[in-house]
Amino acid sequence: MAGQSNLQLSVFSAAEVEFLAEDEQIDIVPNVRMDTLHMICGDYGPFRPQIPVKVPLWLAIALKKRSKCRIQPPDWMTVEKLTQVLEDEREAPREFQPLPFHYVEISRLLFDHAREDISDPYLVRSLLEDIRDVRFHKVESGLENLSAKTHAVKLKNLAAMEVNIVRPFIVRALQCFYKHDSEELVKQSASEVESQAVSSDRVPRRTLRPR
Amino acid sequence: MADENGGDGLFGSAEADYGWTQGSRAAEASSDVEILRRVWRNEKAAPEILPYEILLIQRIREQILLMEDTLSTFAGTSSDELTLSMYRMDIDRTTFLLRAYLRVRLQKIEQFAMHILRTEELWERLSQQEQDYVQRYIDILQKHMEQSVLSKLPFGYQSMLRQAMSSEEDDMIPEPALDTFVFCKSKGSIPSLQLDEKGDETVDLLSDDLYILRYRPIRRLLETDRIELV
Repeated sequence: MAGQSNLQLSVFSAAEVEFLAEDEQIDIVPNVRMDTLHMICGDYGPFRPQIPVKVPLWLAIALKKRSKCRIQPPDWMTVEKLTQVLEDEREAPREFQPLPFHYVEISRLLFDHAREDISDPYLVRSLLEDIRDVRFHKVESGLENLSAKTHAVKLKNLAAMEVNIVRPFIVRALQCFYKHDSEELVKQSASEVESQAVSSDRVPRRTLRPR
Repeated sequence: MADENGGDGLFGSAEADYGWTQGSRAAEASSDVEILRRVWRNEKAAPEILPYEILLIQRIREQILLMEDTLSTFAGTSSDELTLSMYRMDIDRTTFLLRAYLRVRLQKIEQFAMHILRTEELWERLSQQEQDYVQRYIDILQKHMEQSVLSKLPFGYQSMLRQAMSSEEDDMIPEPALDTFVFCKSKGSIPSLQLDEKGDETVDLLSDDLYILRYRPIRRLLETDRIELV
């Protein structure tokens, strides 16, 4: 159906993950007066010039596009914090550092729409990219541990976009392990062979691949 | 600026009237939109169709309609473009979410129509409109398959449900893969969750940590809203 990503494996498209991230709250400093907005998604405001106020990211970006506010990048999006995260990320090869679940999308949206509100944008961006690389490297080396004995995988602090990227591969891999490891199936195929010997015409048909 | 006597007051009432306490998900203080967002995520990530959130959808629909109404009266009296466009965006986002939810359900319904029709538990999960849709969808599909393909096949291979007459059961009905793996977060800690049929494999779920688990063992936890899919 139009507008929906592949249901089986991808689950969410990148745009859908971004849509979800746009509901995260962020601080803005408006430069206009506007009364409280009583919206379906909640009440926001009142907006007074130079008084910081919390709004969802989509609202912040909409106001920013009309030059009605300045966006205050979140605390974790500073050179100092990100340097620390990168360092910790490198020092702990087996765990992910806590970052907001939507940090990839939030930082991306802010770079796209509010670049001038970010201090040291170049450094922040390169730190974020380094962090991303280190985290993906961990995911990749973690994949080597997947096996038929894997019933549960714990990925503490893995972020939404990262989940979305690794999901198709991990799910396929685990599905295959599970399928080939399942004793029932092994038995079933054994009995299939036996009955085949008896009457080749009336064997249970092979189960079709699920769509 | 919002018009003094009309605009603000009207918008305010849009929310006051709709308590969400009657729903099954009243445990946390969150807005209907937030709940819908979670419900949509779950529906997208789960392999099978989940219960239709009848009360939630009703409330969301009413809120959208009310907001549309208020906006159209408001638009005539005020010239504050900025406020109006913000409200417009809010409505658009909510409508998108609602449509996305209904669509992902339709997608599953089309995929597993026959299976849903024949499984009472799943059938009960559909809304009245969805049930009608399944009936009509299957009628049309059956007619189409018969006219275009099945009637031209040799005797014994003309069923839409069986691969051949010698099949012992209806073996051509697509079913959701419940043994697939899903990414999920638990809302509270869940000690020693059993992961296989024999009970050899267990895991302790910690609140808010992300896990990849097989869907079948956590199916009931999703129903009771103790876990959410991401």
